[in-house]
Amino acid sequence: MKSLKNHLSLVVALLSILFSLQTFIIVDRSINAYKDNLANNYSIVAVSQKTLNANIIINQHKLIKKIVLLSPDKVIKKLNHGISKKNIDLLKLSLPKFYKLVLVYYPSPSEVNNLTKALLRDTSVIKVETFSKSHDTTYKLLLLFKTVISVLAFSVGIVTILLISKELKIWQFKHTERMNIMGLFGAPTWLSSAVLFRLAFVDALIASAFAFVIFSYIASSVWVEEQLSNIGITVIVFDPILDFGVMLGLALLLSTLLATLIVISHKEEV
Amino acid sequence: MDKVIVANNLSLSYSKDETIINKVSFSIDSGSFIFITGASGSGKSTLLKSLYGALKPQEGSLVVAGVELNGVTRSKLNLLRKHTGIVFQDYKLVKEWTIEKNIMLPLIISGYDKTVQKTQVDTLLKHVRLTHQAGKYPKELSGGEQQRVAMARALSHNPVLILADEPTGNLDDYSSQLIWNLLEGANTDLKSTVIVVTHHIPESMGVDFKHFHIEYGSIHEVA
Repeated sequence: MKSLKNHLSLVVALLSILFSLQTFIIVDRSINAYKDNLANNYSIVAVSQKTLNANIIINQHKLIKKIVLLSPDKVIKKLNHGISKKNIDLLKLSLPKFYKLVLVYYPSPSEVNNLTKALLRDTSVIKVETFSKSHDTTYKLLLLFKTVISVLAFSVGIVTILLISKELKIWQFKHTERMNIMGLFGAPTWLSSAVLFRLAFVDALIASAFAFVIFSYIASSVWVEEQLSNIGITVIVFDPILDFGVMLGLALLLSTLLATLIVISHKEEV
Repeated sequence: MDKVIVANNLSLSYSKDETIINKVSFSIDSGSFIFITGASGSGKSTLLKSLYGALKPQEGSLVVAGVELNGVTRSKLNLLRKHTGIVFQDYKLVKEWTIEKNIMLPLIISGYDKTVQKTQVDTLLKHVRLTHQAGKYPKELSGGEQQRVAMARALSHNPVLILADEPTGNLDDYSSQLIWNLLEGANTDLKSTVIVVTHHIPESMGVDFKHFHIEYGSIHEVA
């Protein structure tokens, strides 16, 4: 019971930090996945009087992933009543070429503007349609989400500092006396603080293990999967190797930092 | 005879404004038994603190077991403390450790083998009549029992110097007698130098001793 109490305070503090961090990672991944989704569904249409060389265009504009020539058949089909085949062939030849430009990622409005200007520099390109109104609204919404996430990350950072400083005071109170007594009998700093570092290490392991179990459960939850598929994205909620590594690393870093601060601030009682 | 402590024009203070011990010079022979007396607030405990390096000399020099404490490095101070057994007025036992582990502390610090640690602790627990309390924590013991634990801890590593600050201050006769017997034993059997700060020197002592008295910041030997 006593041993459990010794561990509980730091484990709870670390666990809340790890939980906030992983939540932030999941939300960030979801936004990025949504952004990729948008990029796949968004494209620009360029109208050219001449056939465009896809390789040259892609090499010139890094934002363009693929160029697809749009067939004019659908438009012509609507007009072909009472028009001879010869005239339709002539019409086909005189019509400009329509290209769908698939982009590498979902660009910002200024990137879209720059691309439009760059494409129009080619004299054969007569029109570039960016569907800017709907694009700008979606981009602003995405930007808002990003800002909210950044504020959340900042808040988590502040809470982390507060939790750690609170824990620092508790630990100082709990461990200073023992360190002092050990020092009076000639214990070197590494020995008198060994218990502290061992406790920090064990607590970091316990907190990471708890976080591992919680997020493994969340990642396997059907409900979470449903929510993500509802917005058309697939996200790795918890990577048992990478995410656990980050969690363990952070927990070890914070607890070791805490122990080090106590050792540094420790002064022998006179 | 070798000197275990040599003080020359030693001044001690906690602040610049007030000097507790003022330019005293004295020496203590190795293997001797010393009582230091004085009124409350005279500086007895302050002098004792300086002997284990918890308080640095404000002025003058203080050499304990060959270690100059004025400007001593941490590693040299640790080395001195490893050979010193200290009994504190407030016991200074580690609350979260058992009695057994508390007594073991100096042996752990000195890096003794675990078997030696266990044997030594068992012997000392017998000496202080606390074998049955070995697994208990300090708060489960009476003041007298805690002081006996503190005494056992001070003796566990066979120190060359034992410093005791009012070791029988609030103890019953039984515990007091046990403490004096242990200190006498350490002095005669282990040849440890024993320095005891106290208000009252016991009427019958089984060893020869010297008596120093502190008054108005000075120290003098009482004949």
